[in-house]
Amino acid sequence: MSIAEIQQDTEFLAEERESHVNDFAFMVATKNGSGSQTSNSVLVRSLFHMGIPVNGKNLFPSNIKGLPTWYTIRVSSEGYIARRDTTEIAIAMNELTAAEDIADLPEGGVVILPQEWKWGRTRDDIIWYEIPVKETIRQFKIPSARREQVGNMVYVGVVSWLFEIPLDQVHRALSDQFRGKAGPVNMNYEVIETAWEWARDNLVKQDPYRFAPMNLTEGKILITGNEAAALGAIFGGVTFASWYPITPSTSLIDALLGYRHLRKDPENEKDTVAVIQAEDEIAAIGMVVGAGWAGARALTSTSGPGISLMSEFAGLAYIAEIPVVIWDITRMGPSTGLPTRTSQGDILFTSFLGHGDSQQVVLLPRDPAECFEFGWKSFDLADSLQTPVFVLSDLDIGMNNWMSEPFEYPDRPINRGKTLDKIGLEEFFAEKGEWYRYRDYDRDGIAWRTLPGTDHPRAAYFTRGTGHNDKGEYSERSDDWVENMERLRRKFETARTLVPAPAIETSPELRIGIVSYGSNDPAVQEARDRLRADGVDTSYLRIRALPLKPEVITFIEQHERVYVVENNFDGQMTSLIRIDMPQDNSHVESLALGDGLPMTPRFVYESILNMEQGQNAQERTY
Amino acid sequence: MPRNARTNALGLSRNDYRGGKSTLCPGCGHDSISNQIIRIAYELGLEQHNVIKMSGIGCSSKTPAYFLGRAHAFNAIHGRMPSVVTGATTVNNELVAMGVSGDGDTGSIGLGQYKHLLRRNVPMVYIIENNGVYGLTKGQFSATADEGQFLKYYGDNDLPSIDLALEAIVSNCTFVGRSFSGDPGQVQALLKASIAHKGTAVLDIVSPCVTFNNAPDSTKSYPYGREHEIPLHDIDLLAPDFVEEREEIMIEDYEAGQIIDVPMHDGTIVRLKKTDRDYDPRQRVQAIQLLEEARMDNLLLTGLLYYEEPRMTLAESENLSDRPLTQLPDNMLRPPREALDKLMQSMT
Repeated sequence: MSIAEIQQDTEFLAEERESHVNDFAFMVATKNGSGSQTSNSVLVRSLFHMGIPVNGKNLFPSNIKGLPTWYTIRVSSEGYIARRDTTEIAIAMNELTAAEDIADLPEGGVVILPQEWKWGRTRDDIIWYEIPVKETIRQFKIPSARREQVGNMVYVGVVSWLFEIPLDQVHRALSDQFRGKAGPVNMNYEVIETAWEWARDNLVKQDPYRFAPMNLTEGKILITGNEAAALGAIFGGVTFASWYPITPSTSLIDALLGYRHLRKDPENEKDTVAVIQAEDEIAAIGMVVGAGWAGARALTSTSGPGISLMSEFAGLAYIAEIPVVIWDITRMGPSTGLPTRTSQGDILFTSFLGHGDSQQVVLLPRDPAECFEFGWKSFDLADSLQTPVFVLSDLDIGMNNWMSEPFEYPDRPINRGKTLDKIGLEEFFAEKGEWYRYRDYDRDGIAWRTLPGTDHPRAAYFTRGTGHNDKGEYSERSDDWVENMERLRRKFETARTLVPAPAIETSPELRIGIVSYGSNDPAVQEARDRLRADGVDTSYLRIRALPLKPEVITFIEQHERVYVVENNFDGQMTSLIRIDMPQDNSHVESLALGDGLPMTPRFVYESILNMEQGQNAQERTY
Repeated sequence: MPRNARTNALGLSRNDYRGGKSTLCPGCGHDSISNQIIRIAYELGLEQHNVIKMSGIGCSSKTPAYFLGRAHAFNAIHGRMPSVVTGATTVNNELVAMGVSGDGDTGSIGLGQYKHLLRRNVPMVYIIENNGVYGLTKGQFSATADEGQFLKYYGDNDLPSIDLALEAIVSNCTFVGRSFSGDPGQVQALLKASIAHKGTAVLDIVSPCVTFNNAPDSTKSYPYGREHEIPLHDIDLLAPDFVEEREEIMIEDYEAGQIIDVPMHDGTIVRLKKTDRDYDPRQRVQAIQLLEEARMDNLLLTGLLYYEEPRMTLAESENLSDRPLTQLPDNMLRPPREALDKLMQSMT
């Protein structure tokens, strides 16, 4: 099938609506801080327990209380978990945004809204369910501080009846949510049950949508990327973490605190993971650099503005060769930007973080499972390479609950890299007759280090950001400087061999290649399926780390056209690719979204289709 | 210890405690302080492999290269030495951290980290080599320069100076000393006492810059220090083993009330013997009053300005394991497979 024959189907939605069972999306509009997150999590968990592939994406404002917030939930019998930018069902609980929320519904859509608004039916091509939120709540003795939050359980009850979520699943989800605490579970459940009964007695089901149990979530887990990252760090041997509060990275440290009981010292029940809240991000990374230098497995977690503040220390750690792990849960910048929206906008800055000539190692997880994997692997890499390792997650992975495969236990023992203890140092001297901190004995750019506290008269060395020779001595000589930089370049080439390889699926046609990374994966996967259904076969390479592996360049060279899909405005990964393949890159096209929201399959599908049709038109002209 | 001993208790000579050759200006106060560090480390028999020499950026921060050559050192970035020490000492509580900073490194770019270090009571000796001027960048005023001072290239300083000892006291530092690099005996005594202290010990030492700030009217100059230093007390250090023996000898020379004994965490006694004025450094309000008097009258009052029973160190208040976190065996760094399986089970 040639491109010319493809019937472009931009009516993405029409196709999606063919099935009304387990294949739709709904949106809950509430006020921030009203406690709706609990209700929405209960819905997502209930659907997950029903075996239906589900995602929940929180689109929230930078605000504690009062501003509008939206939560989208998508179910897909085909297992797609990418965000959809359209929803069939609106649960409009915020009067301020209701007009827009209702206007955005497609024909045949459904709106659920409070009766007491007396809104009136402003569209006749959608289905209306007015529900008694205030009246339901009035029946219960609920402390006024809790009223708004529990009020959000009314829509949970109505949704459960309308779209057929069994109440026992809702109860189980509530129990998960409140960790089994009977008080809140019962109070919320009574409201849900009452609302459910009201719906049964008063509503007439007019829409075709419903949920039906499946078994597609069996064995899977539901977790956020930040929790997964913290857990990975716990299994990776983290002993020190320092941080400064910043959305969306804070929950990573919260989770670390929550999981550190797994690493109590059995002798005294004390902690072996230090978690220190710093006065700013400069101090946070300073502490981590000090800890890493002393031999700890140290991490900090931050987001864009914090990365900016960390750049001087990142340069120091790079040149002084100190292992540290830095998580950047990326949000939208520059500056304060959109602090509660997602992006992949820090990748170019981070990969060269530090003034002068510095190239950093960066890992790019796609989901919570890879956050766990890179959570422990990042420490092995940092120790092996004696350099900072950045892990670039984002708000979408970090803060939203993702359906994930269960995490796999580390498949290799802890690797502390080239570290000499007292005996190691004695053996080193016996074999080589010398030991110098920055001498490249193995020709892989990585030298041998000692830790403070090593009981050997020649273990000490002087760590500095100033120029030094391979003995670690202060030097302003040009030849010493250049020699050191050449070794660091060799080390970077060693890093290229050690970082995780890309995930590649090659189509035999080798015409169109998609390159992407991180949280875009579900959107790219779904878009590829749709493109394939339209006769457009694509290959797909998902980058998992920087420096770019040779496989990336080979893949790009193999394909006639390559689309680099990413969630930033400038197409930053495209720039990085062009740096690594300065020739023959004219067939590399950037498809960059960068609107603050998680990547959608529609953007990938439509962009590629449009580009391919343009391409086709061009081919016909010649 | 015998007077002419060639080696100390560890069998090391004083030479074994030296570092590289100084590249500072001849006569720099900082070199004198480095020499006192070498001397007391030798006398105390410090195990250098457990010492970490830490610094920021500036003339003072270069000095760790000039003493204790067998100790690990970290010359970090400008004003951020406190955070690096915080990380290192938290993960290895056996390390003895000696930090050297200057008035620019601590009083300007690093003031925030300085105050937060003190708040956390990170165990370390924090030496400020205070000369009131930026040396490496050629003679700018620092934040501790005298109000009304005139400097050749930068003219008049109309801003009041920051007293880094006062900043330490109000930040709940539990050991604050002030000294003058031209008074080596007192520098040595305060250094020894500060090493025995549990928590952050600040030593703000006036250490003249012979190139940019040594005019007699500068309070940070040699001439001024030599003429105006007023020691608050004479300081004796009674090592734990010698306490009883020495006590008898000393008490005879002083009447009651003229001696204040301050016991340190490791058993060392810091004995303060009265000079001209009555001063008890264990009274915080009195310490603040003293520094106010020093400010009003431009007095160089030296000695142990403030001391209080140390509160918990950072690692203690974080309830961290007593063993160094850097020495945990691998099986304590990674929970067993069953722990992960159980967690995964609970999430399905």
